Amino acid sequence: MNAIFLLEQALNGLQFGLMLFLLAAGLTLVFGVMDFINLAHGSLYMLGAYMMVTCFGVTGSFWLALPLALLATAAVAMLLEVLIVRRLYRRDHLAQVLATFGLILCLNEGVRMIWGPHQLSMEVPAALAGSLPVLPGLRYSAYRLAIIGLGVAVAVGLFWLVNRTRVGMHIRAGASNREMATALGVDIRLLFTLVFGLGAALCALAGAVLGPLLSISVGMGESIIILAFVVVVIGGIGSVRGALVGAILVGMVDTLGRAILPGALRLLMRPELADSMAAAAASISIYVLMAAVLVWRPAGLFPTRG
Amino acid sequence: MRSPSRWSPRPQAYPRPPPTGAAGRFGAAGRWPAAVLAACLAVALPAAQAQEKLRIGFLSTLTGPISGLAVDLQNGFQLGLKQAGGRLGGLETELIVADDQQNPDAGKQAFDKLVKKDRVHIVTGTLFTNVMNAIAPIAFREKVFFINANNGPAPFAGEQCNPFYFNVAWQGETPAEAMGKYASDKGLKNVYVVAPNFPAGPANVAGFKRYYKGGIAGETFVKLGQLDFSVELGQIRSAKPDAVYVYLFGGMAVNFIKQFHQAGLTKETQLIGGGFGFDDDTIRGVGDALVGSLNAWWWNRDFDNPQNRKFVADYLAEYKQPASLFAAQGYDAAMLIDAAVRAAGGKLGDKEALRKAFATAPFKSVRGDFKFGANQNPVMTYYLRQVVKDAQGNIVNKTIGPLLPNHADAYGSTCKMLS
Amino acid sequence: MSTTPLPATPAAPAAPRWPAALTAASALLALLFPLLMQAIDQPFYTGLATRILIFAIIVSSLNLILGYGGMVSFGHAAFLGSGAYTVGILSLEATKQIGLLPGTESAWIAWPAAALASGLLALAIGALSLRTRGIYFIMITLAFAQMLYYIFVSLKVYGGDDGLNLASRSHVGFGIDLGDDRHFYYVVLVLFAVTLFGMHRLVHSRFGRVIEGIRENEARMQAIGYATTRYKLVCFALAGALAGLGGALLANQNLFVSPNMMSWFQSGSLLMMLIVGGVGSLWGGPIGALVFLVLEEVLSGYTQRWQFVMGAALIGIVLFAPRGIVGAFGRRGS
Repeated sequence: MNAIFLLEQALNGLQFGLMLFLLAAGLTLVFGVMDFINLAHGSLYMLGAYMMVTCFGVTGSFWLALPLALLATAAVAMLLEVLIVRRLYRRDHLAQVLATFGLILCLNEGVRMIWGPHQLSMEVPAALAGSLPVLPGLRYSAYRLAIIGLGVAVAVGLFWLVNRTRVGMHIRAGASNREMATALGVDIRLLFTLVFGLGAALCALAGAVLGPLLSISVGMGESIIILAFVVVVIGGIGSVRGALVGAILVGMVDTLGRAILPGALRLLMRPELADSMAAAAASISIYVLMAAVLVWRPAGLFPTRG
Repeated sequence: MRSPSRWSPRPQAYPRPPPTGAAGRFGAAGRWPAAVLAACLAVALPAAQAQEKLRIGFLSTLTGPISGLAVDLQNGFQLGLKQAGGRLGGLETELIVADDQQNPDAGKQAFDKLVKKDRVHIVTGTLFTNVMNAIAPIAFREKVFFINANNGPAPFAGEQCNPFYFNVAWQGETPAEAMGKYASDKGLKNVYVVAPNFPAGPANVAGFKRYYKGGIAGETFVKLGQLDFSVELGQIRSAKPDAVYVYLFGGMAVNFIKQFHQAGLTKETQLIGGGFGFDDDTIRGVGDALVGSLNAWWWNRDFDNPQNRKFVADYLAEYKQPASLFAAQGYDAAMLIDAAVRAAGGKLGDKEALRKAFATAPFKSVRGDFKFGANQNPVMTYYLRQVVKDAQGNIVNKTIGPLLPNHADAYGSTCKMLS
Repeated sequence: MSTTPLPATPAAPAAPRWPAALTAASALLALLFPLLMQAIDQPFYTGLATRILIFAIIVSSLNLILGYGGMVSFGHAAFLGSGAYTVGILSLEATKQIGLLPGTESAWIAWPAAALASGLLALAIGALSLRTRGIYFIMITLAFAQMLYYIFVSLKVYGGDDGLNLASRSHVGFGIDLGDDRHFYYVVLVLFAVTLFGMHRLVHSRFGRVIEGIRENEARMQAIGYATTRYKLVCFALAGALAGLGGALLANQNLFVSPNMMSWFQSGSLLMMLIVGGVGSLWGGPIGALVFLVLEEVLSGYTQRWQFVMGAALIGIVLFAPRGIVGAFGRRGS
């Protein structure tokens, strides 16, 4: 275990964290502005990945396919918002959980019906297929570096949107106090649809961009949705800044945990045992982190309300 | 100041309970028994079944990321069934398909239903050893034949061998053993090993080490279903091995090989492993990154025996895609059942005769030579294959040559079953 | 939307009572079900009915904290799982002598142990979680359940991810053989009846009134002088113990335990069953379990695409039958 290894893992943690941010940002906005718990958010991530495969198949170009996939997923999401989600804003969280759980089942099965049960895959675009020397002795995948860059760009873009534009002002107003925002003349229905679509576009971006790295299969959203919720809770509901900080924290803890713990535990026990304990400990560490944050800051790191 | 309605359960948020005195419209005993009766009668009444039908339960992982492999297995099986005219062994055959959802819990329930409601005689199709472990005790107790068409766990080849268990595919560790022999013969000194952390993982690695006598550069057990290998690839890079032996399949294989290639490691070290991580499913997912890797397996599409040629041609015609090794396994299972039931004269009631028929009936496997050992696991030849680009530009496995002829698994001696 | 109206008094029912004859017939059906199934040679459905009864018990325990107590827990499966594993581990120790714990296959020891273990676990988790409320309570209960899940996955000695097979069902004695599905059904039926009766008594007792009062308006109850957190904690622990008993029964039913029993998906399914049945009504749990499990059984028999239909049904129920099935039918008469 040397410095190069740790640095490589730190970069991986950053990359993972920024992808989580894309998911968590949409989730926290939807939760903050509309007070809506969307369990199906992970399914939109999956949909984004599948759309990307199809768009790539149609256009033949990664760079053309990406915006198309985002638009397609956002369109589907906004349709769902108008048909189903809209009726649930006034309902309690439990009803929202149930309905979005049903939505997960439908979306999973729908994707399987359209794209089939086999895994799909995508190639990394040729321009980014190699590796770059980040440091002497460390070559890092160019694609992953691009992902980090993309994540940072989206973070900056979102900050600008939320803090410096009129739409962003409405979003922040809606997040702090929905009734007051309505009273002041904000077109709430349109705003909600747009926010939902924006959240979906962010998810789709994560799905489309991670597609070449991970395999694309039905149900890929389920594993990641829980982590996204943890990030949202740690960061504070409704706060994009919180989502960023929370996501990077979670990404780092998870990746570095998985990198360091097996080695540490192997000093004490057999490899298979060490690896399984390490996997458990790394998985638990995220939840311990969340519990610790909640003890210290019960409303998350950057609460928007109150 | 926090508005109370947001953060605590709102008053009136949950439906008020119906007035408790009158207990609503439907009274204390409730409607549920009536509903259950209605549901049961609706599905249970067609209970009269002709006893001559052969009922086979196909329990596999039809949902989830591995479902593509289950589809291949089922396609192969159904091709065999179709070629037999829907009558395996001369009996009209009913195939009942069920989903284990890749978890032993759901698998056990689905199997319970296959045994108690559908009364299957034979069960096959299961992909995961943890599901097999959950259903095997029931199968053995209820005298249902378990024809394993996939990875065979070591206990079932050894101490827990049972007359009702047959493995028509392979015992888990044998391809690893073959690869280990290759590594030894080639004189490799420093091999890095990657396997998932479920019982078949360390077992497979043990099989590799049984025949590979060189040094191990490192050993990593990843989480089953893990998709991001950045940590492990970093470790491999620092270890600088001669070769990397992987026991991975499905999404894990696709991701690992993709990321391995992206990290530039394909140029630095040789990738080796068991065949199913290097087959069509993975090729489809990974493409060129796989070219040049070596694997050990007991079947390939290019095997030149009559039943394989027929199988490959018919599969292509029927399903419009080339037969994968999972399809070959499914097909062989169907052919075995056909031969066995025929040899037993269609008498499903005499379990001992049926068992003998399974063990000894001549059946022409697509892999060429096949016979069962005393522990009812296969004895066959393992070959070295390499992933190459053929003349048409397709990426396929090419058979290089035999590694372990007529090889039996390592557990036969611990099986106490009399043949 | 954020106004808090004074709680209205429940409307007096105008609906006619369900005819006593039908109530009696339903009870008779429940009593004779296994014999009926044996007569038509479909013993499989006795197992299904037992499963429904077991989940009725577990979902009722969730109802206690959610419907009556107003606490939305997304980690209830942890208690179901810990009860199941108690039985599983004790059985494994008894038959294979791993040596870490004393073992037993007796129901008289294992089942109360399961309830006790789960109750204590719920006490611990509740003590930490009840400091939070709202979405944070949901997330913290989820987090604890996930922690337990990962711990059991890593316990390879007790099966880990693959789970544990039980050699046989618990021993009861007195000539009752739980291995016979019919005997097991009756034992579970008795426990179910006792559970429902107990819940009815609890809900109508002073304790139950306090808990409901806390659900309606915690600040007011505190102002009156009740130590609300302590009441909620006791309620949480009781529900956990009951879920543990349900878990013990489930372990016997399946002869199998695995960490999946504690996954967030399982917690979510329990919530689904309760909401479908009707939160806060005595029969909400049993009806939800019945509908959910029968639907799953019937649908999966008809189509591979059953998850789509299930998802659509859930969405439909939320949109059009918001108070669950009990709520929907309870309204019609009044």
